[in-house]
Amino acid sequence: MDFNTIIQILDSAVRLSTPLLFACLAGLYSERSGIFDIGLEGKMLAGAFAAGAMSAYAGMPVSEGGLGMTWGMAWMGVAAAIVVSIALALIHGFASITLRGNQLISGVAINFFAAGSTVLIGQYWFRSGGQTPPLSGAQRFGPIKLPFADAVKDVPFLGPVYEGLISGHNILVYIAIATVPLTSWLLFRTRFGLRLRAVGENPGAVDTAGISVGRQRYAAVLIAGVLCGLAGAYLSLGTSAAGFVKDMSAGKGFIALAALIFAKWRPKAALGATLLFGLLEAIGNRYQSIDLGAFVVPVQFMQALPYILTVVILAGFIGKAIPPAAGGEPYVKER
Amino acid sequence: MTVETQTQGQSETAAPVAPAIELIGVSKSFGPVQANKDIDMIVAKGAIHGIVGENGAGKSTLMSILYGFYKADAGEIKIDGVTTEITDSHAAIAAGIGMVHQHFMLVQPFTVLENVIMGAEDGPLLRPSLAKARKVLAELAAEYELDVDPDAIVGDLSVGFQQRVEILKALYREADILILDEPTGVLTPAEADHLFRILENLKEQGKTIVLITHKLREIMAVTDTVSVMRRGEMTATVKTAETSASELADLMVGRHVVLEVDKSDAEPGEVILEVKNLCVTDFQGVKKLKDVSLKLRAGEILGVAGVAGNGQSDLLNILGGIDAAESGEVILKGESIDLTHKASAAMRRERGIGHVPEDRHALGLVMPFQTWENAVFGYHNNPEFSGKYGLANQKAMMEDTKRKIEKYDIRPTNPHLQASNYSGGNQQKIVIAREIVNNPDVLLVGQPTRGVDIGAIEFIHKQIVALRDEGKAVLLVSVELEEILALSDRIIVMFDGVIQGERMPKETNEQELGMLMAGIDPEASA
Repeated sequence: MDFNTIIQILDSAVRLSTPLLFACLAGLYSERSGIFDIGLEGKMLAGAFAAGAMSAYAGMPVSEGGLGMTWGMAWMGVAAAIVVSIALALIHGFASITLRGNQLISGVAINFFAAGSTVLIGQYWFRSGGQTPPLSGAQRFGPIKLPFADAVKDVPFLGPVYEGLISGHNILVYIAIATVPLTSWLLFRTRFGLRLRAVGENPGAVDTAGISVGRQRYAAVLIAGVLCGLAGAYLSLGTSAAGFVKDMSAGKGFIALAALIFAKWRPKAALGATLLFGLLEAIGNRYQSIDLGAFVVPVQFMQALPYILTVVILAGFIGKAIPPAAGGEPYVKER
Repeated sequence: MTVETQTQGQSETAAPVAPAIELIGVSKSFGPVQANKDIDMIVAKGAIHGIVGENGAGKSTLMSILYGFYKADAGEIKIDGVTTEITDSHAAIAAGIGMVHQHFMLVQPFTVLENVIMGAEDGPLLRPSLAKARKVLAELAAEYELDVDPDAIVGDLSVGFQQRVEILKALYREADILILDEPTGVLTPAEADHLFRILENLKEQGKTIVLITHKLREIMAVTDTVSVMRRGEMTATVKTAETSASELADLMVGRHVVLEVDKSDAEPGEVILEVKNLCVTDFQGVKKLKDVSLKLRAGEILGVAGVAGNGQSDLLNILGGIDAAESGEVILKGESIDLTHKASAAMRRERGIGHVPEDRHALGLVMPFQTWENAVFGYHNNPEFSGKYGLANQKAMMEDTKRKIEKYDIRPTNPHLQASNYSGGNQQKIVIAREIVNNPDVLLVGQPTRGVDIGAIEFIHKQIVALRDEGKAVLLVSVELEEILALSDRIIVMFDGVIQGERMPKETNEQELGMLMAGIDPEASA
């Protein structure tokens, strides 16, 4: 394995971990506030569909019933993804905060709803088996070449790292990475973050301090909606899929949850955890099967690697992860 | 200087200050239950005012209304003579009211500083607020003996220190009125004394304190005035100096109660239960029992004193067959009993160990089940309850339950009522009836009167003594020292998983036991 291959695999890992990172941070906000969010998957999927559909519609010529836009269609897609994802997040919030329902059931319902409705609506609108039309040009997010990428390309080691690994991603990748320190700052350095963490640990303490528990939790759920929307938009507008494909989230919402537990609900660790999952997926994609001489590691095994790690993490093999104390429990004033 | 103080004193007597709190006709219902009925109450400024009453008398509801946790259905609240609408906790804080809840309202993984500023931050960024709080906390610590490390994680602090954080939270919000709900329930006697010193300090600085408790001794010791509540009504308000503990007890219950337990000297027989070198480590790796050995004789009540969480619960759970021990041996009537995971509570009952668990809601009763089910549970396989074809004989169970209801004065007398609809005292009577009726050789009793009314306490104590008089052995675990002293024939004190000392009740007192509970051996240090 030469240096270039390593750079290529790492580069691919960064791309593959981006939607995981968005979703993982979404889960982090939600769960830190005490709302379990098993519906990351559904929100992401619905967001992906909304982004694909809106971007396609915006770029469609007026003669064919579209908006006929020539630039900014991808951003229209992002906006649609965020709106749809927030709508689902609000349903989850309403069920689990206002109605004090079971958060797992609400989350599962959102997943089913997203899986079914995206295909149904997609088929009704675009008549191509639930897919949105293929996207091109400004309907998608293309790679951004960072300054001096070409100039330093030939510098040993640092050149390829800069040009091949750091530069050349689309804008959503950079947004995802920038969200990590932002989240860290918000959570640990601001009043908002203090109250958000408190409400997930002991909502009674927040209530008796004269702060609304519900409002704090709704804020967290809304942020989770925005981030899931971005995760979804990345899937349909930022990857080679170039459009929405049925079930394209493929369990990434659950992998993000596993990464969240692995990261022990901390933002910087979430970056590391999602990169690890991305790396496993990248390796699985690169080496379809590995010949070890005595036997051949089958391609299915390689591609199952992230899922295997998910099971290992969820089974609690890696350290002890203590979730926010009030997670999953609706807040009821006790008598 | 002298002249100045005099004039101040004179002006105070000339124009009486408005009371700190005045409640006029406050009422509150939860569905059909009227928790507070037309309550009038006046708390003078700068006084320590006690509120006593049995569980469910409405004390906590009333204070929750004052703190804005609930909204009253009717009535008026005046703070410093001004009518104040307290719609939520925010409004209560603004009116200068602070509350120390029975279950602390603290965020365990946060530092002391973070807990103190939460909800009272000065701006969107934490750093300035934290710096300011650090300064204020240092001042408060010096002023009121309220030292706490501002950077400590609250979850690592002992309950006594956590309570200080709660008080600091209120003072940081510049509360002039401090409400404390059952503040000494979790404290050692020494910690409680420290708390009372703090309260005296606060009073000297002109703060008004409302103390809710069911411990009459504390009321007598620290309050200036005391209000008594019974069944949602305020039945009396008296000056503490002009009343007595027994008068307050009668007012609380509405009839004459005997506070002392009437019992003859024990006549201990042979050793029935022997515990040898019992060790256990909990799932977090904390050693809960370290080489605990004890002997329990027939016809005696062995009291186990200690602050909650020092290994007493683990001892009960192992003896009761709920948890497994790590090492050690327990010999019951000459035969050792199974301490592994294979043991069960049912096996213990077959061997003659009855168990009244500490937490009756979680372990003693199935709350949604009816009385007749709960009254036979665990003994439902007894021959007298088995009917035809291996089915349960419900009729026999029902008859048996009716007998228990009669004998143990369980009210209401309906065998079909769900356990959750009984008062704490009557729930406990169901558990005690079930365990005693089956004639155990050894009865394990955990916190027999936690959350139980004074009237029922009297009854339950009598039952435990009667069982002892029949020649049975009783292991009594309680965090209430008064109860331990009143009931036990012999007392052991547990601290940090070891037996810190053994005393005879007649030769010891609360102070000495309190020191043992805090891990100090008075004889060694003397």
